[in-house]
Amino acid sequence: MVGHPVIVFPEFWHGIHLPSIVPYVALVGILAFVLGIVPGLIYIERVVIAFMQDRSGPNRVGPRGLLQTLADGVKLFFKEEILPRSVDRRIYYIAPVIAMIPALAGGAVLPLQFITFRAADGHLFQAPLTVGDVNIGLLYILALSSLQVYGVVLAGWSSNNKYSLLGGLRASAQLISYELSMGLALLCVIVLAGSLRLSDIVLAQNQLPFGIPGQPEFLRGSLFSWFWLQSFFVPFLLYTIAMVAETNRAPFDLPEAESELIAGFHTEYSSMKFAMFFMGEYASMLTVSGLNAAMFWGGPLPPLNIVPFTWVPGWIWFVSKVMIGIFIYIWLRATFPRLRYDALMALGWKRMLPLGLVWLFVMGGYNLARTPSNPPAPPPAVTAPTRVESTRR
Amino acid sequence: MAWSFVLFWILAVVSVVSSIMMVVTRNPVRSALFLVVTFLCVAVYYVTLAAQFIAAVQVIVYAGAIMVLFLFVIMLLNLGAPEALRERGTLQTRVALLLGFIFIAALIGSSLIALPTAPAPPGVYQPLGTVQGIGLNLFSPNQPWLFPFEITSILLLVAIVGAIIMAKRRV
Repeated sequence: MVGHPVIVFPEFWHGIHLPSIVPYVALVGILAFVLGIVPGLIYIERVVIAFMQDRSGPNRVGPRGLLQTLADGVKLFFKEEILPRSVDRRIYYIAPVIAMIPALAGGAVLPLQFITFRAADGHLFQAPLTVGDVNIGLLYILALSSLQVYGVVLAGWSSNNKYSLLGGLRASAQLISYELSMGLALLCVIVLAGSLRLSDIVLAQNQLPFGIPGQPEFLRGSLFSWFWLQSFFVPFLLYTIAMVAETNRAPFDLPEAESELIAGFHTEYSSMKFAMFFMGEYASMLTVSGLNAAMFWGGPLPPLNIVPFTWVPGWIWFVSKVMIGIFIYIWLRATFPRLRYDALMALGWKRMLPLGLVWLFVMGGYNLARTPSNPPAPPPAVTAPTRVESTRR
Repeated sequence: MAWSFVLFWILAVVSVVSSIMMVVTRNPVRSALFLVVTFLCVAVYYVTLAAQFIAAVQVIVYAGAIMVLFLFVIMLLNLGAPEALRERGTLQTRVALLLGFIFIAALIGSSLIALPTAPAPPGVYQPLGTVQGIGLNLFSPNQPWLFPFEITSILLLVAIVGAIIMAKRRV
């Protein structure tokens, strides 16, 4: 049981089984949120960067420039759609779609909240608010983020432009390199949580800090028992660097480095096709920040297990953690210059990958040390495979 | 049951068509893309067979990593032009066609011979396809798979060292 549930739904409402509807609610909610928040994100990014660089930012269209993104969207919508002469037309058209769809689909397994239901016999149970609470949730997100590179690579190749091709090549090399560090950082958390199901990973953080008994109850599932501290901060650092590199954002935005590659893979794209690349980038930022929130920052858990915090619904905590991730993105972009290409590769392969491997061993040892020497019986999940063929005949 | 049947036929058509297109297409990049589509279809097959872990690994390793490297090489060597890899009807293509037809005939023939005559008994659902199931079956002491697994990892290590030695100018 997570928190003190304020709203308790009945399990059956006019004969409808409410827990079965939860995935559809989550589907509509996530899609509406991601598609609706992107203009807001662009506005936030421009305002925050303007603040960090000590200038005004958007302030002409609407009150405090709030309608600037809307105006930009309308402008993009009415721009002429230019099709360069010698592009590979089908791949050129499908590349923005491939860039956008995996980013949207990745959010499907994030547990936004734990909804409490009251069964017919009166006991309470909770269901996570996700589209699919699958047992390979983490691998699903990693698989989709590895498919996302196709959008960039194909856009770069099909544009038939040297700069675009260079951007696409850089993107593919960069994503393959940083996927490894990202996987290792997430593996450290999996070792501690013992599951790939994201709701289980969140529930594994709902305990006393470091699992030491005798601490006050308001620390259960609090800020100090989340995995950023339990995995001793290094995996969180590795993941944050890798997630910035995975989404091609500054200081890792070499695939679209405008000062050397014009705009890289989307040089030849105009109008709404360019806008789709833009949307895809922001949607994938939201997805990887959501994974960051669920894996390292407790997902929908409140920062302290006492009353005013636990009254707030979990999805508000989740969204605010995602927004902190977005702020980290903007902060990094305003702070660091773009890396040189060989420095990027050296950072990925020679610094982060060995550190991740060493830390995986450290986490394994820590996990072994904290497990009681006579562990409880393992869950009877799977028996040894019986010979099915003999019964087939 | 009916929905899985519908899904199976959609996937069957898509995967067979895309794999044929993979061979037929002249353009190497498109050919690689059709192979990616085939891999994704195979991944969905694994999901329908309740092997979720293998499905995810199929997408991550084959579609996500290996095919991206394929595309990388195709683009880097600038083989993207449709005429770059044109082959005339040499002896090799004829032999390959012949062998391919023999293989398909053998496949169809053998599956026709071995058609089931009675419905299969309803199997007990075993969560073997999950990560837990694979881990317990692969690494538990009463199973013989741990040693082959370690041997395979040594094979991969040798391949990595070999690649590094071949890539470096001075070892």
